Amino acid sequence: MLADKHKSEIKAILKKYPAKEKRSAVMPLLFLAQREYGHITPAALVEVAELLELDPTEVGSLIGFYTLLHDEAAGKYRIQICTDLPCALRGAEELAKRLCANLGIRLGGTMTNGLITVEEVMCLAGCDKAPTLQVQDADGIHYHENQTLGSAMELIAELMEKGSDG
Amino acid sequence: MAEHILLRHRDIPDIHELDVYLSNGGFDALKLVVQKKTPQDVIDIVRESGLRGRGGAGFPAGVKWGFLPQGVFPRYVVANADESEPGTFKDREIMERNPFQFLEGVAICSYAAQAKLAYIYCRGEFWDLAHELESHIAELRKEKLLGRKLFGKDFSLDIRVHLGAGAYICGEETALLESMEGKLGQPRLRPPFPAAEGLYGQPTVVNNVETLTNVPPIINRGANWYNSIGTKESTGPKVFSLSGNVERPGNYELPLGTTFRKLIFEHGGGIPNGRSIKAILPAGASAPILPATKKVLDTGMDYESLRKIGSDLGSGSVIVVDDSVNIAWLAQKITSFFKHESCGKCTPCREGTYWMSRIFENLENGKATSEDIDLLDSVAQSIVGKCLCALGDFAAAQVVSDIARFRSDFDARAKDGK
Repeated sequence: MLADKHKSEIKAILKKYPAKEKRSAVMPLLFLAQREYGHITPAALVEVAELLELDPTEVGSLIGFYTLLHDEAAGKYRIQICTDLPCALRGAEELAKRLCANLGIRLGGTMTNGLITVEEVMCLAGCDKAPTLQVQDADGIHYHENQTLGSAMELIAELMEKGSDG
Repeated sequence: MAEHILLRHRDIPDIHELDVYLSNGGFDALKLVVQKKTPQDVIDIVRESGLRGRGGAGFPAGVKWGFLPQGVFPRYVVANADESEPGTFKDREIMERNPFQFLEGVAICSYAAQAKLAYIYCRGEFWDLAHELESHIAELRKEKLLGRKLFGKDFSLDIRVHLGAGAYICGEETALLESMEGKLGQPRLRPPFPAAEGLYGQPTVVNNVETLTNVPPIINRGANWYNSIGTKESTGPKVFSLSGNVERPGNYELPLGTTFRKLIFEHGGGIPNGRSIKAILPAGASAPILPATKKVLDTGMDYESLRKIGSDLGSGSVIVVDDSVNIAWLAQKITSFFKHESCGKCTPCREGTYWMSRIFENLENGKATSEDIDLLDSVAQSIVGKCLCALGDFAAAQVVSDIARFRSDFDARAKDGK
């Protein structure tokens, strides 16, 4: 249960909002659940709903709406490459394609070791240092800019090493 | 402009450290207003400065603050840090490198609005940045620059950071408020505007990060100093985000009214790889495309001048497109962005972006005729003016302008094309 393991963090999240508006805490709590379990499990969804006195269906619809929330398992590290126009003008589509080919997966797919998923995402506000990608994992979300196939492969190698330790 | 007013870290690299910010006049403006000015004085100064919202709409900030209804409390200030427009990355640089000027702007705005609580709505992808902001806010609390009875006066304020979770639409202020309330980020029917009924149904000021970052220098140096920069109706400095096919992409702080030519060729170093410039998207995906004619290049980047030539300044995110690019490809790219980001509330936008994408796919696969290009245009035209927020209009205006201004690029992809 999240409530046992992350008692103080949950308390801190709820404290950010007026007491009668605790529904505002739903996204921070879903992020917390996702970091704990890798994705938002049905049990975690119900727990978050109960904490906030919401209907689980309402919470579920949020997960469908917001792209950083996931209700399905994927790799431990989600490599999210921006292929929007400014990045595309600087080779991001080609980078995404070649990266997936190198890893032997399709775009959106996960490596068989369960560590790496490569996804396409919308603009990350890193257009001046395109191509830009971000890594979403249990630590949160981190940017990596000015990417080439070489630098992205290096990053993935580091993540795989880190991921297979833990 | 030799001196940076917003990107001050370009002149003072360590200004992200609180002691450096303080030793360079930081929080003088907040102290001045709290000790010596009424909230109405602050609203008047900001109105006289001519400062307009830098998030895209260009609405005068002082006027917006003046819409708060008398005597209704609590009130909130929400800083819009959901920066998601393709080609826009200015708020991120401001918050990363000159965060205290932004936070001081939030505090002054809160004083003017008589709000005791302000939120910064950061897009979820700005995870690391949001955590940095939280530690900056903790420093301000420690130094008694936030908290109870600031500067010995009856003004208390706290600022809190809220993370979004990935949705472009949350940059629209009413969708942002819905999202902050823990709901789907879908725009509200207006009126009521947020000034009357905003966060939790209370009077709320929502302003973009860059807009708020302009406020401390306006207080320190006065409205007349500020409105001497820029043009008569578009006053002040603007951070232009330059991206795409350009030698030196990046943020450039320049007076409003600076020409495209100066931004792209003088500051941005021109077009790389021996290519020439074909088109300009002056406001990311959200304003009509402009062919890079001499007249367009010599147009000043301000709200009025861009409307005159059939486009918009928006958030000032200039995407440069070179002559290797087919505009039908670009239009398809932008349409799939809007299709992905449509919140689904209004049918013309939800269905229209879907159908436009289908026609684009046919065009890409050589299955479309020139009649399909007319159909694409007609689908786009029928979205215009029929949605709650501007997203539908942006998606439509992009396609309409792409076809009107670069029809031959579309025809070249049609199977009966010339």
